[in-house]
Amino acid sequence: MAIEIRIPTILRTYTGGAKAVDGTGATLEELIGDLESRHPGLRDRLVDDSGLRRFVNVYLNDEDVRFLGGLSTPVADGDTVTVLPAVAGGAR
Amino acid sequence: MPYGEAMLTIARELVDKIVAHGRADHPDEACGVIAGPVGSDRPERFIPMENAERSPTFYRFDSMEQFRVWREMDDRDEEPVVIYHSHTATEAYPSRTDVSYASEPNAHYVLVSTASEDDVEFRSYRIVEGVITEEPVKIVEAYG
Repeated sequence: MAIEIRIPTILRTYTGGAKAVDGTGATLEELIGDLESRHPGLRDRLVDDSGLRRFVNVYLNDEDVRFLGGLSTPVADGDTVTVLPAVAGGAR
Repeated sequence: MPYGEAMLTIARELVDKIVAHGRADHPDEACGVIAGPVGSDRPERFIPMENAERSPTFYRFDSMEQFRVWREMDDRDEEPVVIYHSHTATEAYPSRTDVSYASEPNAHYVLVSTASEDDVEFRSYRIVEGVITEEPVKIVEAYG
């Protein structure tokens, strides 16, 4: 068993076109580190110095991790992590 | 790179729905998606979204609503063919904020301006890697 990470179109250049990849880790941060070892460049699109980038939404199963524990959210085998680009903008 | 023609072909009924949504939420910005079959470049299913910011100068999809809608599209083999929002006091042209967030390379980014009560500006763009390309909009009564 592993953790499934669903990748949005715009980040599939890092996964060889794959819509979903597997990873391991005890927290979201570890999971992203594990992904980075096989998909270099991905981490930088998800996190910056202050944590998760505001341009992306990350969900653990059905919950936005911002309402859980952010990067320190615990993850476990069988979980699904979904990454979606935030849709936002405006006149300013 | 985006596929399809460098043009948005869209049914009049959907244009009317976008404009009506923009009018209804004015002076706040309205936003939403039109889904279509993956790879078809054909907008079909109108999905108005809540503007979580409820602001006249900013919009953001509510993250949980977006999750549900994106999963539903995935289940139905759809993708966001159109992502629309309104500008309520300025022209229908992408702002720097719009460009910095634009992250669906296959989507037509539609902007409507509700700044004038009498007529509405309805324009479409591709926004890929920070580059804005306006494209013609062809309004049809029905898809052929």
